[in-house]
Amino acid sequence: MSESVARQSQQRQLSVGLVCPYAWDSPGGVQAHIRDLAQNLLLHGHRVSVLTPVQDPELLPDYAVDGGRPRSVAYNGSVARLTLGVRATGRVRKWIREGEFDVVHVHEPMAPSLSLLTCWVARGPIVATWHSSIVRSRALNAGYYVAQTAMEKVVARIAVSEYARRTLVDHLGGDAVLIPNGVQVSAFADVEPLRRWPGPRVMFLGRAGEPRKGLAVLLAAWPAVCAAIESIGLVIVGHADATEVLDQVPVELHETIEFLGPLSDYDKARALRSVDVYVAPNTGGESFGIVLLEAMAAGTPVVASDLAAFRRVLDEGRAGATFANGDSADLARVLTTLVSDDDERARLSVAGYQRALVFDWSRVTAEILAVYDSVSHPGDSVGVDLRGQIVGRLAQRHSGDRHGQSESESS
Amino acid sequence: MTLADVFLIVGIVVVLMAIGLYLSMTAGRLDRLHRRIDASRASLDLQLARRQAIALELSASGLLDPATAAVVADAAHAARRASEISDSGQTHSPIAAPDSAVGSPPSIVNRWMVESDLTGVLVEVFGDRYEVAQVMELPEGEELLAALAGVCRRVELTRRFLNDGVRACRQVRRHRSVRWLNLAGRTPWPETVEMNDTPPTGLTLGA
Repeated sequence: MSESVARQSQQRQLSVGLVCPYAWDSPGGVQAHIRDLAQNLLLHGHRVSVLTPVQDPELLPDYAVDGGRPRSVAYNGSVARLTLGVRATGRVRKWIREGEFDVVHVHEPMAPSLSLLTCWVARGPIVATWHSSIVRSRALNAGYYVAQTAMEKVVARIAVSEYARRTLVDHLGGDAVLIPNGVQVSAFADVEPLRRWPGPRVMFLGRAGEPRKGLAVLLAAWPAVCAAIESIGLVIVGHADATEVLDQVPVELHETIEFLGPLSDYDKARALRSVDVYVAPNTGGESFGIVLLEAMAAGTPVVASDLAAFRRVLDEGRAGATFANGDSADLARVLTTLVSDDDERARLSVAGYQRALVFDWSRVTAEILAVYDSVSHPGDSVGVDLRGQIVGRLAQRHSGDRHGQSESESS
Repeated sequence: MTLADVFLIVGIVVVLMAIGLYLSMTAGRLDRLHRRIDASRASLDLQLARRQAIALELSASGLLDPATAAVVADAAHAARRASEISDSGQTHSPIAAPDSAVGSPPSIVNRWMVESDLTGVLVEVFGDRYEVAQVMELPEGEELLAALAGVCRRVELTRRFLNDGVRACRQVRRHRSVRWLNLAGRTPWPETVEMNDTPPTGLTLGA
């Protein structure tokens, strides 16, 4: 057998369409995942197009296509910025028709967004990734038949965490391939620190007002930490209402807390590299903990609550320290011990970096490419599916396509 | 005709249209699922063929010791024969069947057993990271083993996606409306593929 046959499976160039459900220019794990995936696929020489809602189309990179303005919609207990409607459906259809994709990869397909619309209007190899562990079945309950039909078109399901996988299996049955999220290790390991501080610095990252991020737990532990360690400071990165935060600590400690506000990804990486310990006091809702990996990639020791997802990322404590979830006294103890132990911090810095390499994007990319290869067929691309869809038929009326079978089938 | 009659007729028409719409959507859904299964079967066949090709290439490469090479080649040849026979069986040629019936030809079930045997051989040969590392050192070794790692993972994935499709299809075909109105037509009841496809532990998938 010639060598070309053997190598072929690894080197076939693919045309990949990625669909992002949330606004490209609002920060979020799903968007970051899609951006990293797109960049890594491009690096491997594949053709990539990302369809995404976006607030300001100027901000889109070359490989992204404007999927429309997101609208604020109450969904799943919070306000989500999503894109829906007839115009959005038309845009998805146009994108699919012009893209000639070997594979279309939608993200978070259960959310009522461009992703679900894509499942609905596309035909052919569709891959879907579930990110969230709290997939509500509301979409399925309301339009069960339609949603089920759309989901049936997903040939390959990927879950980024065991929790995401379990919820997906519970709701839809069947199985999913587990491909844990990746971190672009080089993007965090190779940057210059943001600044130097006179004393040790601890960093918190995330929305201060979001209870599940657990800033309150850290603030409750803060007086004890300050009492134990001289000239220690807390750096808060992300949206934060300073007065609201400062109200939670005694007045004399106000000057130990510094707000850097929301930072760009690049500056966030630099900030992570410049602090001594990163603290993730999250009380729940984390299905993976990519931010832990980012800190570890930056070589910053991590102290995290003992959520199952965090314990797994930290290799059961070997790559970072944990404390009892929600227990401020325990956090103060663990944090104080670590900040005052230079050797342990150096050890965790190395161990964390090694652990982060296990989750490096190159591995994630190889896994995802294997999935693409398993569902796509040379010479067969994703087309527009109009079968059994009233709206599709209506929108297609002008082309005289009454039976909704405009696309010629390959089989 | 009274107003009540008109309402009755309109009502009946609406109900009939709704039923018709439901049936046409379900038929479309089934058709899509059958196509999906066909595509997955084609993918699995393709990946299995690639796995055979890479295994044969490995056994002929001189990277393995002669004994190991012979075992790998034997298993790969057997798998190729089994897939060729099942391919010719799939064409449903009524004339060819009696001629080839001399000594019962391997059935489809048998084919998966032969592929499982190849899996077993590969797991046995490349299960040890140390031994794999030795082969990696040799010229061509890294490339061939990377190809093998990739194809083993792809076999595992395609079979999983195929069985997912079969399960979804069966769910729809068990519906009363589908059974009573024979919406599935003459398409045979979908079967899952059961075989051992564990990738060898010594190989790691890399970019």
